[in-house]
Amino acid sequence: MTKSYTAKELKSSVGVKWCAGCGDHAILNALQKAIPETGVVHENIAIVSGIGCSSRLPYYMETYGMHTIHGRASAIASGLKSANQNLQVWQITGDGDCLAIGGNHFIHAIRRNIDINIILFNNEIYGLTKGQYSPTSKKGQITKTSPYGTIEQPFNPGALTIGAQGTFFARAIDVDIALVSNIFVQAAKHKGTSVIEILQNCVIFNNGAHGYITDREEKENRQILLEHGKPMIFGKNRDKGIVLNGLDLQVVTIGENGITEKDILVHDAHMQNPIIHLALINMKAPDFPVAVGIIRDVNAETYESLLLAQENEQIEKSSITCMDELFMHGNTYEIV
Amino acid sequence: MNTEQHNTQETDNVTIRFTGDSGDGMQLVGTLFSDTAALLGNDISTFPDYPSEIRAPQGTISGVSGFQVHFGQKKIYTPGDYADVLVAMNPAALKANLKWAKQGATIIVDADTFSERNLQKAEYITNPLEDGSLRGYNVIAAPISSQTQKTLADTALDNKSILRCKNMFALGITYCIFNRPLDFTNSYFEEKFAKYPELISANKRVLREGYIYAENTHALPSTHIAPANIEKGRYRTINGNTATAWGLMAAAEKANLPLFLGSYPITPASDILQELACHKNLRVRTFQAEDEIAGICTAIGASYAGSLAITSTSGPGLALKTEAIGLAVMMEIPLVIVNVQRGGPSTGLPTKTEQADLMQAIYGRNGEAPCIVIAASTPSNCFDYAFMAAKLTLEHMTPVILLTDGFLANGSSPWKIKKMAELQNITHRIVTEKTSNATAFERTDETLARNWVLPGTPELMHRIGSLEKDFVTGQASHAPANHQKMVSLRQEKVDRVSQVIPELYVHGDASGDLLVVGWGGTYGHLISAVERLRNQGKKVSLAHFNYIHPLPKNTAEVFAKFKKIIVCELNMGQFANYLRMKMQDFTYEQYNKVQGLPFTVEEITEACSKHV
Repeated sequence: MTKSYTAKELKSSVGVKWCAGCGDHAILNALQKAIPETGVVHENIAIVSGIGCSSRLPYYMETYGMHTIHGRASAIASGLKSANQNLQVWQITGDGDCLAIGGNHFIHAIRRNIDINIILFNNEIYGLTKGQYSPTSKKGQITKTSPYGTIEQPFNPGALTIGAQGTFFARAIDVDIALVSNIFVQAAKHKGTSVIEILQNCVIFNNGAHGYITDREEKENRQILLEHGKPMIFGKNRDKGIVLNGLDLQVVTIGENGITEKDILVHDAHMQNPIIHLALINMKAPDFPVAVGIIRDVNAETYESLLLAQENEQIEKSSITCMDELFMHGNTYEIV
Repeated sequence: MNTEQHNTQETDNVTIRFTGDSGDGMQLVGTLFSDTAALLGNDISTFPDYPSEIRAPQGTISGVSGFQVHFGQKKIYTPGDYADVLVAMNPAALKANLKWAKQGATIIVDADTFSERNLQKAEYITNPLEDGSLRGYNVIAAPISSQTQKTLADTALDNKSILRCKNMFALGITYCIFNRPLDFTNSYFEEKFAKYPELISANKRVLREGYIYAENTHALPSTHIAPANIEKGRYRTINGNTATAWGLMAAAEKANLPLFLGSYPITPASDILQELACHKNLRVRTFQAEDEIAGICTAIGASYAGSLAITSTSGPGLALKTEAIGLAVMMEIPLVIVNVQRGGPSTGLPTKTEQADLMQAIYGRNGEAPCIVIAASTPSNCFDYAFMAAKLTLEHMTPVILLTDGFLANGSSPWKIKKMAELQNITHRIVTEKTSNATAFERTDETLARNWVLPGTPELMHRIGSLEKDFVTGQASHAPANHQKMVSLRQEKVDRVSQVIPELYVHGDASGDLLVVGWGGTYGHLISAVERLRNQGKKVSLAHFNYIHPLPKNTAEVFAKFKKIIVCELNMGQFANYLRMKMQDFTYEQYNKVQGLPFTVEEITEACSKHV
């Protein structure tokens, strides 16, 4: 019988050392809340991280864990999952770790659709090295290494996920523990690589990076929670919606210009064609609300299921069952 | 080069060098000749020599590919310095390889290819078949292309497919000269072309025509080479990369662990990945990663999960894996890194051999990050050292770097087939349940190796990582005294391996005037040179190292018994300098070569002669 365990039992004895007010605390709480709900036994949880503030997370979890080297967590997690399919593998990473030094491993893990859950803490800055711009910093942002503003186009992690043929992408705000936790549970259940972008606030080096969309007064107007099977309606008065106009998304107001609720797009996270998902991922303030929730969740074969199938097929087919037989197989000769 | 020096043709062993365009199938005919020789009971050693371009412009010198086989009725240690028989399928092949033929050697050329255009491409001003420059050689200018075309004129094959068979005509000529039966090669055609019966018959016919041509033209008196006096038993011919792959697989079976290889294709190491990819039936998992770094990182993940984890690469790849090797050292997990050395630096000479990654293997990491370093010394003993690399990493819980090189990787030699029961046991340190001393950070006093606790084990959850860890709790620690203790501990773990590895063996007398010292893939050439010198009555012995870090514990004792020591290696003196650091009581002479080529027995003999 599977022994149940609680969020509290997932707290390790190591004291958490993130700055006060850092968004990481909330994400840690959400993860501890989510894991027991996934139904996987405690000892089968493994958490792999790279380097950066977020990557300290495995130390704070009473699970199996590896805090590794910068950028390589996707590769290490891929090896871990390939070697033992029973594990529920989480990768903890930040925008620098995942998208700069680790960008190659990130897209290839997604392409292979290995069943790992990648939690990307996106604070649009390098925190642990004290304030240099990252691959998600907004163009023009002034940081220690861009005193006159960055001249680089930022990555959109969701678009990158779609580009790599991702099967699961979700986005949430760090402090929204209920939503974040629920997404983690769904990500764990998804078979294949899940990418969860958490818009996380670095209080020290990039405070308020996501302030426009998390603004207490305006967030209902600036965010849209996407739920599978439900119309894309948002706004303080629940009167705004998303429609498809040609190949573009458009924000409309229900009740104006003859628009009714029936005209509003219904979110289908399960559709294989990623075009609408990509458009939703790309919605940017101030013209659009920023999409949160599970944007894409589609079925596809996982790397490890194909690996096991191939292995079993070869075991069945092959006449060689051990090394002694392999040594004697084919061209051998006797010296007498 | 003075060719006068190597004009004596020994009768108990012969070297043949097959050369042609890289598309001419020279590697295949060389391999077929070698297989036949091995099956007849000769000892053999082979060495392919091919360009890094897959198909360089046809007919040019840069596109020439070669395969040398040395076979005989005595123990064969090397592929031979110079060839008794040179097969050259075009002028460029002749131009590039004549320097490897002994004075008086038999030279078989495809006379049909010596057209003006081909001569020009080969940068010949006059036709060497006509200008007298080959005087002193026994030249067989055979119409190989045209005879092949005539032989197959009645088939449905197009001209291109017909000409593709001409390598078999050349092979047939050599079979006649050395009195070899055609059966083994014919059965190869039957297996290889099972789906194309017309190709079976075409290749068989051309092979036979070549044989008959040589017989009819009395190309040479037929030469008989008797079987070698080698240990009785069942053998197979194996190259270094296959032997490496099999040694690792054997270790996994012995340790009862799944094998996981994370790797990225790189010359000349790709064959290890390719070979292991074929054995899914034996639960071998191969992961072709997106780059070298991911290759080792997936292996690190698999090691944490409890696989015998391997990554394979060559020099530039080892450089890329550096940081991750440090991680494996820090986490104290089992991991074998196979480095098939090639000519460097940078991309260097991808298809050529060298031993210049030694310092990179021993020291090439940030921080104090010691690894066990061992090296194979023959194509077939790549099996033994791959097995040993796995055994050491599993028992000592620290990474092992196994060095081979392009020469061993692609060269082949007979391998007396082992039985799994004969191989040493491997005792890994996996702990499956919680007991008083079961934590991941408990160590055994003998080796200082920690326990291997795998995810999925109840009640033993722990975190490991790249940060320095506390000796007792395993948690991240920046405490100064603890860091010193842990740095010393990781070095001590490696040093204690000297207690379990074999002592250094001396070939020849235990004392004398000169000790030749080598390591890794140069063994065959060094032992041949030392035997030659000993036959001349010189007091020379060989100490060849397979264990490099740590060194065998009797190393100083061995060195002390010789008046002089000369370290021979295919680099600028890396092992010599390492010995100067580790064994300071001795003076070391050096002989070094960095041409992308193996030593010749002759040059080693000459270099050593100067010291006795």
